[in-house]
Amino acid sequence: MGNGVPDSPTTVTASSDAQAPAPTGGTEPLVRIRGLRFTRGDTLVLDGVDMDIPRGAVTAIMGPSGTGKTTLLKLISGQLRPQAGSIEVDGLDVHRLGRQELYRLRTRMGMLFQSGALLGDLTVFENVAFPLREHARLPKSLLRRLVLMKLEAVGLRGAAHLMPAQLSGGMARRAALARAIALDPMMVMYDEPFTGQDPISMGVLVSLVHQLNDAGGLSSIIVSHDVPETLSIADHVHVIANGRVLCSGTPEHVSAQSDPRVRQFLDGAPDGPVHFHYPSAPLAEELLAAGSRRGW
Amino acid sequence: MVIDALVRLGRSGLTALAGIGRAHVLLAGIVGGLPELLPRPRLLLAQIYNIGVLSVLIIAVSGLFVGMVLGLQGYYVLNQFGADESLGIMVAASLVRELGPVVTALLVAGRAGSALTAEIGLMKATEQLSALEMMAVDPVRRVLTPRFFGGFLAMPLLAAMFSALGVLGGWFVGVGLLGVDDGAFWSQMQAKLDFREDVINGVIKSLVFGVVVTWIALFEGYDATPTSAGVSRATTRSVVHAALAVLGLDFILTALMFGD
Repeated sequence: MGNGVPDSPTTVTASSDAQAPAPTGGTEPLVRIRGLRFTRGDTLVLDGVDMDIPRGAVTAIMGPSGTGKTTLLKLISGQLRPQAGSIEVDGLDVHRLGRQELYRLRTRMGMLFQSGALLGDLTVFENVAFPLREHARLPKSLLRRLVLMKLEAVGLRGAAHLMPAQLSGGMARRAALARAIALDPMMVMYDEPFTGQDPISMGVLVSLVHQLNDAGGLSSIIVSHDVPETLSIADHVHVIANGRVLCSGTPEHVSAQSDPRVRQFLDGAPDGPVHFHYPSAPLAEELLAAGSRRGW
Repeated sequence: MVIDALVRLGRSGLTALAGIGRAHVLLAGIVGGLPELLPRPRLLLAQIYNIGVLSVLIIAVSGLFVGMVLGLQGYYVLNQFGADESLGIMVAASLVRELGPVVTALLVAGRAGSALTAEIGLMKATEQLSALEMMAVDPVRRVLTPRFFGGFLAMPLLAAMFSALGVLGGWFVGVGLLGVDDGAFWSQMQAKLDFREDVINGVIKSLVFGVVVTWIALFEGYDATPTSAGVSRATTRSVVHAALAVLGLDFILTALMFGD
């Protein structure tokens, strides 16, 4: 099911009843998260999350919409600052780094945004060339070859001249993926890479993530709520909900969980611990009432 | 009820002050990006093109018509006192001192400022600014700094074009249509228009307006709520705030430059 890195360490200390066995490997994790707490306004998004993400593996962070998965990626990449806790990436505490140091670290990180986030006024070629032009003083011919190789890897060499607005959703994500790996990063973070894709595009993306991780020697973090696709390529899975880690381990370990919150998410059950209905007064009471304080 | 009103007032004041603070921090970041911009003049030239060259048509047409109206109104007033030969200096001084810089700034705020706000706001909404951050590229220095200095440099050039075409418009109406003496029109203008007092002060005004209009446009875009409604509101705010700032600053600058 995974990509052949089953012994990489994975440790999560929250809700320890649902954890896989403690790591036995000696390799330091690529990302070490401890006591992470993040609030947005009055909403507690992440509450004391502990998580290790191993090197060289595909790690999936899964959970229902709105549980803080994308927020977690933004915290790992230093785009957001937590209220408490720490995140180390390759031994560096992300939120203690100065701006220049953080930027140096980010040249070793790639991120695929949910929308692709291609620069709208540049062609596909120029988008992929952008990080190379900004960070590497390469001869024009070498830069061209590198960009064409990255585009070949995602199957879009023939679309190099197109503008982002001319691409389909799946093509835009593949072009963004080529840009994310342009600087040969040590890790790539994928924010909901499969959402809204037709089956063909989804299959292509699943295959690409898997191949890039293996062939490129990358570490991959996939944030997703597409269960079958993500489990098919993940070596390790963390399921989070309500700001906490519910369970962690191999896809087999997670799939075998009996926790009703995990089961509802994996099975796609419409009702369960996460209710179908948003909290509200009883229907009859509301129908019989003369009106709402909200004006309707 | 009074307490509630006071709380709301205080909250609005704090929100406004926080916004002003963020705008100044952003300006510092934008100006701090100048050393990185200088070795990459293409980025600057592209923005001078976007803000300046693409505004030429509206500036030229507006300048021409404003000058024609000035020529017409000026002639009617001056003719009553037998002073229609002073039409040239009246048209030129009005344009160079006031109307050139002010109307140009208002037009740039409407055409280029709104476009800048919408562009930056949409880049934020579509995560392009976050993508730049993740590529270890500072979006303020890479995206906002060239636009800021593009607007700063384009504004006096556009104002000069506005004033020049306005003078031609005034000449066309006054001399061409209403029979004012051609020599008197130009010679009075040449004799009485002071380079330092009138032209340089006009240029200073348009440079100040260039800073203010572009700064407001960029800040509103960068600070926009990343939704379609948020970008729409930011675009409206950009034009309204820039227009008010230009008119207010024009009064202050005029008092400082031309007061006793």
